[in-house]
Amino acid sequence: MSAPLLKVENVSKRFGGFTALDSVHVSINPGERFGLIGPNGSGKTTLINCISGSLRNDTGSIVFGGEEIGKLPAYVRLRRGIARSFQIPRPFRSMTVLENLLIPIDFGGHGQSSRQAMDEVGVILEKMGLASKADVMSSQLSQVELRKMELARAMAARPKLLISDEAMAGLSSSEIDEVLALLFKLNGEGITIIMIEHIMHAVMRFSQRLVCLEAGRIICEGTPQEVVGNARVQEAYLGA
Amino acid sequence: MRWTGFWIGAALFLVLAYASTFMVTNTFFFFVGYVMLQFVVLATAWNILGGYAGYVNFGTSAFFGVGVYTAVALFKAFALPLPLQILAAAVVGTALGVATGMMTLRLRGIFYSIATVALVIILETFVVNWKFVGGAAGIQIVRPSLPSFFPTYEGMLFVVAAVLVVIAVAVARYVEGSWIGRGLRAIRDDELAAECSGVPTLRLKLIACGISGALMCAIGAPNPMYQQFAIPGAAFELPYSVSPLAMALIGGTAHWIGPVLGALLLSATQQYLSVTISSELSLLALGVMLVLFVIAAPEGLVGLLRKVGLFKTGTVRPSNEKGKGT
Repeated sequence: MSAPLLKVENVSKRFGGFTALDSVHVSINPGERFGLIGPNGSGKTTLINCISGSLRNDTGSIVFGGEEIGKLPAYVRLRRGIARSFQIPRPFRSMTVLENLLIPIDFGGHGQSSRQAMDEVGVILEKMGLASKADVMSSQLSQVELRKMELARAMAARPKLLISDEAMAGLSSSEIDEVLALLFKLNGEGITIIMIEHIMHAVMRFSQRLVCLEAGRIICEGTPQEVVGNARVQEAYLGA
Repeated sequence: MRWTGFWIGAALFLVLAYASTFMVTNTFFFFVGYVMLQFVVLATAWNILGGYAGYVNFGTSAFFGVGVYTAVALFKAFALPLPLQILAAAVVGTALGVATGMMTLRLRGIFYSIATVALVIILETFVVNWKFVGGAAGIQIVRPSLPSFFPTYEGMLFVVAAVLVVIAVAVARYVEGSWIGRGLRAIRDDELAAECSGVPTLRLKLIACGISGALMCAIGAPNPMYQQFAIPGAAFELPYSVSPLAMALIGGTAHWIGPVLGALLLSATQQYLSVTISSELSLLALGVMLVLFVIAAPEGLVGLLRKVGLFKTGTVRPSNEKGKGT
């Protein structure tokens, strides 16, 4: 077994008196499709905020590619290879789709020439089915296009690990299939993916391994079938 | 090509400014011209942080006042010539900008703006209690002898302001088109997304604060020589904070030409109203114009011109600059 790409050990995060994450351990292997589920408020987004650097963990360590990254700011973590999409899309609204993708290319620290950058954006937009939208203002995109653009922008940073935070929320079933196919394609290219999702059939189909959080603690880890069959998981979701 | 055109325009502007010192005999022309150019610099400087990054600075007068008093202190202590006073003020402005930024830029949105208001009060109180530069009573400045290649003092100061305008606009133009400008734009749109897209947000904001502070202080430095006195109440007065902001918003914050147009339009209107009717009315005019523009043209004059097809901007292309933000 190769060394894990990401190792989260004993990570806790408190907001005042509220414990959002309580000694969480997660280990993700290179190339893995990893699912993160849990009821609302269970700490999924807090965990990925700690991994991507939007929040700092109070305790524990986050090791990515053999390096402790827990103290690094988010922009440095992106340059190390951790890219994310947001639960509620956060486009740069005054920019076109193309310009949105140029931000991580310009600041991702890969030093492409302007021509290479344009070629790369072209390839990503083509792959994401957004080629015809390159010069459209991002504020004019539909919900599914915004979701795709978020993923495309994350891809433009050439990540090793892509964190997709509810990229399918609010989409129709055919649109879910579209986004899912994209994520499979990216994983096929060797990108490790963490998927946070409430849409169970999507996360079940996608994930090789699944972790369920409840009230900041991991209550179950295993194959998708094992996790959804687990009594505690069912209790957490259904309150049974 | 665009750069060449810009520099030809800038050179022509400077030549005209210099030539006018020989051709125009009415000193009032230079009085009005100096004030207008001063506001072009202030509005342009304000826009680097306020327009490009969306961090609204209500403390322009703090920087302007510090520029004024840096010049006063250096002139009184060492009789430094004006160019060195301006240079020193720019250095102090950079330091003040970066220091204020480090203290306040972790505050977002309105909290940052409130902190900048406090800065004006703190610095003005400091100067009021600083006896060496005259304290609350102010200080009289005796102008040194005039360099032989200028016919009048007013003319020389007008040319100095014109040079500072060219510097300020060239800097703003560079920032806007560079990786700094693109990063600032991303910050303005969504700071969290920018940081997660690799933009070193704090560093870029500090750079913007430093540049903006340097320009604001630099244009403060010739002011005591122009007024022949300095008094804290005037150097730190509110219109220096409000006008540049209003001028940039009225002109349009997205493009460097916006603050230039806004400053020229507003300061010309204000000067005209001050002379013909009253200075109170000129402030009212500023307020009314701001309200009108916010309602009718939220993207300012630049937005209006763009709408009617008189103004075009190219699409952004990736930069070839190395070591960006690393």
